[in-house]
Amino acid sequence: MSDWLSDLIFWIAVAAILFGLRRQRIFWTVGALGLLLVFNQFFTPGFFHLQVLDGHLYGSRIDVLNQGAKVMLLSLGMVLVIATGGVDLSVGAVMAIAAAVSSRLLVTQHLPAGVAIAVALGVSVLAGAWNGLLVAGFGIQPIVATLVLMVAGRGIAQLITEGQIINFLDPTMVYLGNGHLFGLPFTLTLVIVMLLLTHFLVRRTALGLFIESVGDNDEASRYSGINAKQVKFLVYTFSGLCAGLAGLVACSNIKSADANNIGLYLELDAILAVVVGGTSLQGGRFYLVGAVVGGLFIQTLTTTFYAKNVSSDIAPVPKALVIIAVCLLQSEVFRTRFARVLSPIEKFLKPVGSWLPRHLPTTARHDSPKS
Amino acid sequence: MPPLLEIAGLSKSFPGVKALDAVDLAVQAGEIHALMGENGAGKSTLIKVLTGVFPRDAGETRLSGKEIAPKSPREAEALGISTVYQEVNLIPHLSVAENICIGRQPTWIGTVRWGAIAKRARAALARLDLSLDVNRQLSSYSIAIQQMVAIARALDVSAKLLILDEPTSSLDKTEVDELFKKLRILRQDGLGIIFITHFLDQVYEITDSITVLRNGCRVGCFATKELPRINLVSHMIGRNLGQVEALEQTRASTATIRSETPMLEARAMGKKGSIQPLDLDIRPGEVVGLAGLLGSGRTETARLLFGIDNPDQGTIRINNQPVKFRSPRTAIRYRIALTPEDRKVAGVIPSLTVRENIVLALQASRGSWRRLSIVEQEKLADRFIKSLGIKTPSREQIVRNLSGGNQQKVLLARWLATEPKLFILDEPTRGIDVGAKAEIEKLIQSLRQDGLAVLFISSELEEVVRQSQRVVVLRDRRKVDELTEAAISEQAIMESIASHSSERPEA
Repeated sequence: MSDWLSDLIFWIAVAAILFGLRRQRIFWTVGALGLLLVFNQFFTPGFFHLQVLDGHLYGSRIDVLNQGAKVMLLSLGMVLVIATGGVDLSVGAVMAIAAAVSSRLLVTQHLPAGVAIAVALGVSVLAGAWNGLLVAGFGIQPIVATLVLMVAGRGIAQLITEGQIINFLDPTMVYLGNGHLFGLPFTLTLVIVMLLLTHFLVRRTALGLFIESVGDNDEASRYSGINAKQVKFLVYTFSGLCAGLAGLVACSNIKSADANNIGLYLELDAILAVVVGGTSLQGGRFYLVGAVVGGLFIQTLTTTFYAKNVSSDIAPVPKALVIIAVCLLQSEVFRTRFARVLSPIEKFLKPVGSWLPRHLPTTARHDSPKS
Repeated sequence: MPPLLEIAGLSKSFPGVKALDAVDLAVQAGEIHALMGENGAGKSTLIKVLTGVFPRDAGETRLSGKEIAPKSPREAEALGISTVYQEVNLIPHLSVAENICIGRQPTWIGTVRWGAIAKRARAALARLDLSLDVNRQLSSYSIAIQQMVAIARALDVSAKLLILDEPTSSLDKTEVDELFKKLRILRQDGLGIIFITHFLDQVYEITDSITVLRNGCRVGCFATKELPRINLVSHMIGRNLGQVEALEQTRASTATIRSETPMLEARAMGKKGSIQPLDLDIRPGEVVGLAGLLGSGRTETARLLFGIDNPDQGTIRINNQPVKFRSPRTAIRYRIALTPEDRKVAGVIPSLTVRENIVLALQASRGSWRRLSIVEQEKLADRFIKSLGIKTPSREQIVRNLSGGNQQKVLLARWLATEPKLFILDEPTRGIDVGAKAEIEKLIQSLRQDGLAVLFISSELEEVVRQSQRVVVLRDRRKVDELTEAAISEQAIMESIASHSSERPEA
């Protein structure tokens, strides 16, 4: 298939998704991602190049999906924590712990990969439960409570690896972060499965309602009979699980466990992904799909800078600027103030969009906007 | 001479709600003008548009004949429109002088001139005929004095128009008198004053004219002296006089008590520092009123019965079974419901929708796995929106955007959905307009007729008398009396509170 044809199909798909979402809260997040892609279409030669090798797809967009998996996984846990009015700073360190545990079991204990992965995830869940205990059980402020593990976690990971960088070649572990399924990176499947699982967990049960209720008004939720402590404990534990998965993917990517660098500063990317995805740091309403798209956005940004040869020392500056722009686009106040500039764009989008389906099935009705 | 303030055709819409619809208002210099209306009538919106908190959609405002359009409260202040809000918006830990001058402190090359501040504060207070130690911490003065400091602060900028939004809601009678004395001084100085309150007595005591709003429209402007009280009420709620009078005369009959076995039986239940041990029975089909002054232990009793606090002595039996509540969750399992005194803190979940707020307690009692389907939730929400007459553009409206009375109804709906056996209502009518009040009272009576046990807490004695078959009187965190049926009257309750206080040795 020639490039221009696949590009055309891609852009039609992007346009269709945008129109479908035009009344949804996450429109601005997806729109920002679209704009970033438009920029790359014109100014980053080769960004849209796709090629098939051994039946697998390769290209910058595929890289984004693959590399973005870690932040997307983290953001699934983070968005729930933030929805309860908290924050989990320890996810980066928990990633390092999961990586250390799995590779240690694999290499020095010679255990099968399945066991190593299961134990690593179990330890991550425990780490999350520890955070949950501090926040829900002892009422410590989330920033302080999770800061403990953020600082101590890397030390724990160092202890487990005994200060070494553990390399491994186990095919199952390597597959996790490098393998392909249906011609696409396996991590994409992992993210989609986790997204569906989380969606089921919070929207097919009443947990999502309880999370939003607790985040919006803790006291009133308690008066209504919601077990606020249990809800909080659960989201931190779940965030631990997500961090564990992300940690496994991260060490699989580089085929080694480096306790010092795995997941470094990724908690900040995850928080940003959630915010870019439309969820307020004050808690309450949350947007699951938005958070994942936010993660994708941040990875696209990072990859764009790589492609444009922006030095990684300077990259945070333009990154910050773009993120500020996205947050401004989401702000009611900003949008009303600059309505004159923005409304022609919306007007232009509307007539073309009218023939498209009103709601995409992927967005839950809870994701609908306020009014 | 043109009026001091003239508003013409002012309109303001929020998504789904027309909050103000072409409202006119004229306030003369040297007059106190009451702005009346039920909750949700548009009073606060009008004030907020006038002072630049919200932008207007249409209409004109003229101050002393000059067209104005302030974009912020600060700009409005500079133009001469000052506002004092219901809750005192001052900083308790700063001194009186600092509170009066903060944000516009006189400076000398960047440093604050403390002497000038004190002088200016004293001058501002003098205008109210008030002399305070301006260097003392504000919180060391009573709420009433703090209120006056707030007014002094508002007057410090050369105010022409003073807006008082429910300034008396936390003041007692003598404090109100004191405040009114000051307002009369200001009126003589030629200030225009807009006065918002729920207390009809005060309107007739101090105001010169009344503008009534209803559903965002102006009903009319009247001279206070020429408007009989009953007409004012009927203008506010938009019903004819007969209905209003009928409402005032309903008195609960006692015929519905289902059985003599109490639904809830508390014996010597108490908690140190909260409430002295007391006995309390509530039977199915009975409304028990809990009367007493503020701080007498009414809310504390409710908290014990709902498991928010745990009693450290005594027993509670439900249907003859001894129970122990560790949290509201346990109490809810025994089909107890409670609407709290403080709606904002412990009641509504402000940024969730009406539907979500209504299903919340029922869903919580079902746990997270047995989720009510969207269709069930919508049915439930629609049923209560209709049966309780909740005024909302849709069930997906964010609760924060509803008026106080409608928020209260949403809370009632939340608990009615759980089909409770005992309903504890802590001040269900506080801060609610007359119409919603009457509806809630009617609802309580119909619940009673359906065989519910109701514990009704209210500061308004006449309401307690009207609603209850039995009244428990509390004083100083102690149960002092219990009145039944014919013995219940405002007089009897007041006497009971007073007589028991005289038993105590004079301090």
